[in-house]
Amino acid sequence: MPKPEEARYTKTHEWIAFEGAEAIVGVSDHAQHEMGDVVFVELPKMSQKLEKDKPCTVVESVKSAFDIYAPVTGEVSALNTVVTGEPAIINQSPLEKGWLFKMKVNNPDDLKTLMDWAAYQEFIKQGVH
Amino acid sequence: MTSTPAYQLTDNPKNPQPANGGQACGKVYDTIKPDNRLSIEKSAPGRRALKFKGRLKHTAPPVPEAMKRKTSPRLPELSEFDTVRHFTRLSKINFSVDSHFYPLGSCTMKYNPRVNEDVAALDGFAGLHPLASDETAQGTLECLYDLQNRLCELCGMDAITLQPAAGAHSEFTGLLVAQAYFAHKGQKDRVEIIVPDSAHGTNPATASMLGFSPININSGPDGRVDLEVLKRHLGAKTAVVMLTVPNTLGIFESGIESIARMAHEAGALVYMDGANFNALIGLVKPGELGVDIMHLNMHKTFSTPHGGGGPGAGAIAVKKHLDAYLPVPIIKKEEDRFLADFNRPLSVGRVKAFFGNTGVLLKAYTYMLMHSARELGQIAENAIINANYAKALLKDSYPAHSKEHCMHECVLTPGPEMTAQGIKTLDIAKRLLDYGFHAPTVYFPLIVHEAIMIEPTETETRETIDEFAAAMKKISVEAVSDPQKVKDAPHTMPVKRLDEVQAARQPNLRW
Repeated sequence: MPKPEEARYTKTHEWIAFEGAEAIVGVSDHAQHEMGDVVFVELPKMSQKLEKDKPCTVVESVKSAFDIYAPVTGEVSALNTVVTGEPAIINQSPLEKGWLFKMKVNNPDDLKTLMDWAAYQEFIKQGVH
Repeated sequence: MTSTPAYQLTDNPKNPQPANGGQACGKVYDTIKPDNRLSIEKSAPGRRALKFKGRLKHTAPPVPEAMKRKTSPRLPELSEFDTVRHFTRLSKINFSVDSHFYPLGSCTMKYNPRVNEDVAALDGFAGLHPLASDETAQGTLECLYDLQNRLCELCGMDAITLQPAAGAHSEFTGLLVAQAYFAHKGQKDRVEIIVPDSAHGTNPATASMLGFSPININSGPDGRVDLEVLKRHLGAKTAVVMLTVPNTLGIFESGIESIARMAHEAGALVYMDGANFNALIGLVKPGELGVDIMHLNMHKTFSTPHGGGGPGAGAIAVKKHLDAYLPVPIIKKEEDRFLADFNRPLSVGRVKAFFGNTGVLLKAYTYMLMHSARELGQIAENAIINANYAKALLKDSYPAHSKEHCMHECVLTPGPEMTAQGIKTLDIAKRLLDYGFHAPTVYFPLIVHEAIMIEPTETETRETIDEFAAAMKKISVEAVSDPQKVKDAPHTMPVKRLDEVQAARQPNLRW
């Protein structure tokens, strides 16, 4: 699993990082904090085609349901079914045990268009949600 | 074994403190026994409210043997008196508009005048069979016809249906009409619905339900639709621009005419979510601003009970070019007779049985007749004044999200000295219960961090809003002096702080 500094981030607070040929996707630590206690997680379907910036699944907390947007275009290649049974993992370990799905990325360079750790920290500081 | 009494009478002069450990800080339920048993826990074998002589004859087809239950259903066995006490007690511990200030933002929890109930309960209305012929239902049809006309007039629209059951159902019906319109025009590739992030959450949900793609656009720094952003998203695929006016920040979309012009130039329709029409009634006619379709919530603006109080009723009003697609039936007048018109070949069909929630519509009609046109405008004015008054009273402890004047509701946030103590909006909401106020809407709209959304409505007096503000300020002081007390609230309710996380993660849906 990636270190927070190694992942790339979206403006909608997903993180994505390569692990071999696949990329892993989850919600950022900031996002889990803002959402509050996660109570329900829906995962995309295996082999589901993902389009960058389009909602692909839903995470629900005690406050509300939040759309999860595909950080880049590609296809779902693995699911973390542990989170559906135990949604609290997203709060406890958003970047490790709480990852949501893995994907095959159409164009690996797409990740470079996303924020790096420093830019994301700056983005959070600006208070843009 | 010593038995501890389940409750103590708190009006016992020797024991003036509330037995439930309440902090005696407000309207404590100190005369109500904290007996939280369910009716089934009060059950005693063989106890009955009514006794039937003999056995009822089975006239229904016999249930197949395999389907028959092996044990009797477990039902509470109570006397009539016990039953009355049980439910009277529940009604007393309930927070309701009739007993408490209820500033639940976005819900318009105004007083529901009793005359509405009297009229709707008249035999001629309440006793009418839903399958009665038009000839024998002239009175009801005339009222519905007049209601249609008056609502069209208030909205500046040309045609209306009273069928939808409530707000979200109205949205569904409204977009169904839009879909039929585009299908009829051969523009089936218009599949996108643009929804600002300040709209009601039901808007994108409705769009999805109908197979449209909701396009979420961020509002500008002033909380309004950013026209440049809108422009970028409008195009040949856009079916509808769906606005909530005033939006969920309680702010009027002052650019609505420009938005409508831009949408129309792109060939799209403008839908206005009129759930917040209480801020506009009698002051603004959305039809004159370029809105093509809008909905109304009778149970909000037109003072019919909602929430636990009863079913709602919606209406969608449209401009002439969409009239033909409205659901059936529409109430029409031919010469001096009223009739339900089903002969509308382009109609989307039925969306509700019979004539919609007629009882609710009659209550709304009564409410409308009780007010002159000028008075309807005063409803909106007073709702706006009350919200701004509450906002002004609370400005030092609870900074408003927007600095400008709000419409019928204001969105506040906990002040920095409160958040420094780890106090969350939820804590404030729970603590308000101890002071005898229903909590405002919390964590909505989503675009405001730790939102507290307050809608006093026009039916509250200045004194009530003063008391509410005093309680809110007191909580802001407590948050610093004794934060744990706020975090542990409520202290005086029959049920203490619930573990909402546990309830959501591991719901126990059986008793």
